[in-house]
Amino acid sequence: MRYAMVIDTKKCVGCSDCVVACQNENRVPIGYCRDWVIENAKGTFPNVSIELRSERCNHCENSPCVRCCPTGASHYEEGGLVKVTRHECIGCGACVQSCPYDARYSHPDGFVDKCTFCHHRISEGKLPSCVSVCPTECMYFGDLDDKESKVYQLLQNRDWKVLAPEVGTKPHVYYLV
Amino acid sequence: MNEEIIISGRMNPKIDPVLAIWGWEIPLYLFLGGLAAGILFFAALYTILGREKELPTAVRRATFLVPAILVIGLFALFLDLKNKLYFWQLYTTIRLESPMSWGAWVLMLVTPLSIVWCVAYWRDLVPNWKFKVEWLEYIEKMVNKYRKPLAWVMIVSSVILGIYTGILLSAFNARPLWNTSILGPLFLVSGLSTGAAVIMWMSKDHLERTLFSKIDLILIGIEIFFIIHLFMGFLASNAAQIEAAQLFLGGAYTLPFWGGVVVLGLLVPAILEIMELRGKKIPVAFPAFLILLGGMIFRFIMVDAGQISKYLY
Repeated sequence: MRYAMVIDTKKCVGCSDCVVACQNENRVPIGYCRDWVIENAKGTFPNVSIELRSERCNHCENSPCVRCCPTGASHYEEGGLVKVTRHECIGCGACVQSCPYDARYSHPDGFVDKCTFCHHRISEGKLPSCVSVCPTECMYFGDLDDKESKVYQLLQNRDWKVLAPEVGTKPHVYYLV
Repeated sequence: MNEEIIISGRMNPKIDPVLAIWGWEIPLYLFLGGLAAGILFFAALYTILGREKELPTAVRRATFLVPAILVIGLFALFLDLKNKLYFWQLYTTIRLESPMSWGAWVLMLVTPLSIVWCVAYWRDLVPNWKFKVEWLEYIEKMVNKYRKPLAWVMIVSSVILGIYTGILLSAFNARPLWNTSILGPLFLVSGLSTGAAVIMWMSKDHLERTLFSKIDLILIGIEIFFIIHLFMGFLASNAAQIEAAQLFLGGAYTLPFWGGVVVLGLLVPAILEIMELRGKKIPVAFPAFLILLGGMIFRFIMVDAGQISKYLY
């Protein structure tokens, strides 16, 4: 099993519903976020294009944060999820430094926190909260090892990219372009 | 011209607009760790070479500083932790992949070793001292009996401690400025140089001072070579590392780095030391202080600038 998220940048309108849903679902402290929207404008007028991306932890296959963690608090879960065990985290900040996506933050309660792909929801068979609320349905979640799954099909049939592949992290969040 | 504007909705404290998760604690520790490694290295080296009598400051007196330096450094590391009361979890696991785990365990080895080393030389500091506790006398006896093997353990662990301060940073592939394998050797040499400066400063013996002036000069030469090598590597690398190097080549850290670290911390003390070796009277405190200051500024700049450097996507 390899969990992955596929996000269609052509359908995203940048409403930030995913951000609010996540903050609400995961009780993210005020002023913090586990996912966020990036607006990337390119080109020279009149040939300009805008790409909207809902970004979060990429649950990388080769996670620098898991490698750098001195206590083993950052670890892989079944399906390739990357999670932090709160009571093992000493808050040294090594994983925060090691993440090229800056997806982690230091929680005011003294541990490092980030997106979990809503592990508590997917283990009940539900979708991550960001995916479930998206009004344009531009986000998909599923298992890449399952050839029938929507995420697998989309990656077969559409052009896609991952963020900063040159860092060698093998991200599991894919962007359709 | 092709332009690109990136607007982010994320504003996490200490992450945005630039990463600042590490403040003064980590660079201070990196400096103190390197300094302790430097002093221990020379103490062990000259014990192995059998020159304890000629070089009393290097082998004995300077090492009395090390436990204090390490304790302050460890306390700085402790302050950096967000979950301080869980610090002991560093010692319930050994993670070979994680440089920080290595560092924690090496400190666990070096700190007691440096204390034991000093205890055995305690009578130098306070003659006719009598240890009231029996096991302290036992330690003293054992250390003096096995001083050479102990020196071997110490020389290896001090090199690991010194090089680890650089590897800690270079293992973060997300930060292009740190992600270069020359950083470990560079931090090690810089640590040895600060250690030699302290020994030089404390020494009252002419022969010892001259020796450590010469050692320091060689180390400064190696450091300058490594720094040139560092920038050659960056400029011949990918866009992210070229961008990172620009922080020091015209960017915000240009003056602190070239002025504070290279000129004040390396070139000026090198010139002062050459003048001293040629017979000019120069208070030894000047070059020694400048080397220590330069070493400290170097760590602070590297940690700060490294957190700014990143991959753009």
